[in-house]
Amino acid sequence: MTFGQLPYDVAHLLGGIMVLLSFVLLYQRRVSAVIGAFAVQGGVLAAAAAWQAWVQGSPHLYVTALIALVAKAALIPLALRALVRRLDLHRTVETALGIGPSLIAGVAVVALAILVVLPVTARVAIGTREEMALALSVILLGMLMMITRRNAILQVVGLMSMENGLILAAVGAAGMPLVVELSTAALVLLAFVVGGVFVFQIRERFDSVDIGFLEIHRGERR
Amino acid sequence: MLTALASLVGLLVLLAAAAVPLGRRRQGGAVVHGACLAAAALLALLAAAALAVGPPEAPLRLPLGPPWSRMVLALDGLSAWFLLLLGLSGAAASLFALGHPPGPARTLPPYPLFLAGMALTLLAADAFTLLFGFELMSLASWALVAAEHQRAESRRAARLYLVFAAFSALCLIPAFGLLAGPTGALEFATLRTLPPEGARGAAVLALALLGAGAKAGLVPLHAWLPLAHPAAPSHVSALMSGVMTKVALYVLARLVLDLCGPAQPSWWGLPLLALGAASALLGALRAALEEDAKALLACSTIENVGLITIGLGLALVFRGADLAALAALALSAALLHALNHGVFKTLLFLAAGAVAHAAGSRALGRLGGLVHAMPVTAACALVGALAAAALPPLSGFAGEWLLLQALIAGWRVADIAFQVAIAATLALAAMAAALAAAAMVRLFGVAFLGRPRTPRGAGAHEVSAPERWAMILPAGLTVLLGLFPAPVLRLAEPAIAALAGPVALAPARGLSLWAGDGATAYLPLVAAALLALAGAALAFAVRRRSPLPAARGPAWDCGFIAPPAHLPFGDPLTQPGPAGIAQPLRRMLGEALLRARERVDMPEPGETRPARHAAGFRDPSLPLLLAPAAWLRERLADQGERLRHLTIRRWLSLSFATLVALLALLAWLEAR
Repeated sequence: MTFGQLPYDVAHLLGGIMVLLSFVLLYQRRVSAVIGAFAVQGGVLAAAAAWQAWVQGSPHLYVTALIALVAKAALIPLALRALVRRLDLHRTVETALGIGPSLIAGVAVVALAILVVLPVTARVAIGTREEMALALSVILLGMLMMITRRNAILQVVGLMSMENGLILAAVGAAGMPLVVELSTAALVLLAFVVGGVFVFQIRERFDSVDIGFLEIHRGERR
Repeated sequence: MLTALASLVGLLVLLAAAAVPLGRRRQGGAVVHGACLAAAALLALLAAAALAVGPPEAPLRLPLGPPWSRMVLALDGLSAWFLLLLGLSGAAASLFALGHPPGPARTLPPYPLFLAGMALTLLAADAFTLLFGFELMSLASWALVAAEHQRAESRRAARLYLVFAAFSALCLIPAFGLLAGPTGALEFATLRTLPPEGARGAAVLALALLGAGAKAGLVPLHAWLPLAHPAAPSHVSALMSGVMTKVALYVLARLVLDLCGPAQPSWWGLPLLALGAASALLGALRAALEEDAKALLACSTIENVGLITIGLGLALVFRGADLAALAALALSAALLHALNHGVFKTLLFLAAGAVAHAAGSRALGRLGGLVHAMPVTAACALVGALAAAALPPLSGFAGEWLLLQALIAGWRVADIAFQVAIAATLALAAMAAALAAAAMVRLFGVAFLGRPRTPRGAGAHEVSAPERWAMILPAGLTVLLGLFPAPVLRLAEPAIAALAGPVALAPARGLSLWAGDGATAYLPLVAAALLALAGAALAFAVRRRSPLPAARGPAWDCGFIAPPAHLPFGDPLTQPGPAGIAQPLRRMLGEALLRARERVDMPEPGETRPARHAAGFRDPSLPLLLAPAAWLRERLADQGERLRHLTIRRWLSLSFATLVALLALLAWLEAR
């Protein structure tokens, strides 16, 4: 599988779309648009997993694809939209770092990912290498999103985008064991995070949650 | 043999576990210490057998340890030599503890662990086992130093000790890591095949010197030693001073002389020479000024550790200059002095423990005249003190004679820088030996001669029979080692050949020590005979010259008025005290080296309080090393406190930044 062959090109294309969608996540100014972009990313992840399942001939990856399609492209975005409506959250994105600097940082992070992965995996079969670089880019962009946004919802979206990158890396590496279990476990984790936001009704942002409660526990206030 | 040694170590660990329930019984202490005595005696026997008939060839692989590095045990000339010392001192200390009234139950379990840790360190043939044993030794001895945790100074000593132990682990672990290099093999046999070069070798040297030096008490890192050794129970302080510092020196020798290979350059010896000379001088000077018997002995340990380190450094210098015979001379000096010092320092600490128990105090200013009340202890302490003062024909002289001969031969290194460094070291080592002699005269004179200085001291009594034997045995050994150093040194020949080169021989012929090619020799038996002859002649002459029997008169008390009736032994203030004897040295050397100060607190006219003359000194390592370290710790703790108030987003930013930095490092390393 090298450059110019169909399996490689399609996998590459889908991975590239995911990175692109990570950038889209990074520059949206409205929460509903961020959720929409995240749903699309989940759909692309499902397509990438399904494609890998077909190319590698390993049917269990179809389960991963199904999980991605049902949960990430449909259920979680719907739940997030319900959250935003029900809790009356801010509809605009509050940034800690401006959109422009975020994008520049994002480009730097992607360059770093490529610089790291391509030499390290020099002896690995071609195809996996680019896939790894793309997956690492998605992970780093998700983390960048978590630290440059103040809304709790957007930080959750960043976390899930990171997890998308992990799944992309897992499905791209042929012969990786426990991919399905990995994606299921990650899904459960994310369900808990979203549910946690629901239950505790963290309204504004993690920054401003009252830490006075913690100080009593730390023994700093008598 | 290795199986027997390994099972001994295992049994000691089991004994430590059994000591927890045994500590509640009345006879528990006797059982534990008796078992330790048997184990230590067996260790000594096995080590002596290994030295006499040759160590076992194949290492013993244990099915223990982490999966990437199974524990490997082995015994060679070097480790058997130190194991012999461990067995001898451990047996004497355990015997002493048998006769001593039992301490608190919490001191029982760490004691076998301490012995097991030292034995494991010596037996280790891979880095993991060595470090494991080393840490076991450190932690067990920490628990023993902290045994009297009710006293604030004990707690302080234990805390300082723990910090230095952690520091030495912090240095030794990367030293072995650097030595293993990218292959990651930890077994000594593999490490020897890949000696480090250039900057990596220098880093290994520096880390080994810092790590082992902190545990051995080399000079900038010695602040814990005069505090921690006196804080432990006496038999433990004997082991810490006599053996544990030697185990640290063993690790230094193993790392620098053995594992780094024979092809290291000469300058590797220079840091060892410098630190050793500084330790010898400062330790001896402090020993001459200290007023606590055990602290004095601990400082004398610093001096002797310094002398041994000089020997090791000199061996490195000579080996780098292809002078194998001289390297063997310096190495034999270091090994012989390590063994001798271990034995006589054990003896001295046990005697100090006996005195502290019988006369109720360790402070020299409260002792005196004990030679009448405790004749056996006094005789044993005299043997130890004479050996520590390096007087012939006792054991201390043999080692220091070899060391000075090796230093005098330093001119044979061609480079003038080395010649000058070795000459300076020679001067400092000789000065240290003289100061140590002064310290020992002061120790023995103040504690055992003269008249009692306190009523409690006047009521002293001789200690129990096991305690007496625990002192008589090392005292006899000190005499024997002094009279027959050559046969003993021949036992160390495998170690010398392994470290100094296959052609190197111990500088011993027959019953005498020979330095170099026959020019200089020390014949201990002849020296002893001459001294005995001179003594007998003196006694005979005195007897001839004064035919009348000796009469006892009242001691002249420097013109003071007659003592009141409640002081039947005379006014204690009318005999010289420890501070007074130390005064000339404090004024000569202490003001420059130890910041010694004297202050007279004179009352105003009309006041009725007495005038006071206060004298003291401050070790320079306190303000120069410990104070900045404490300041740094405060700053780091403040920074850590500030971290606690970060928000989640900032925490995430920290981990993101770390991740990106590591990835960038990886990319940079790959690009090179």
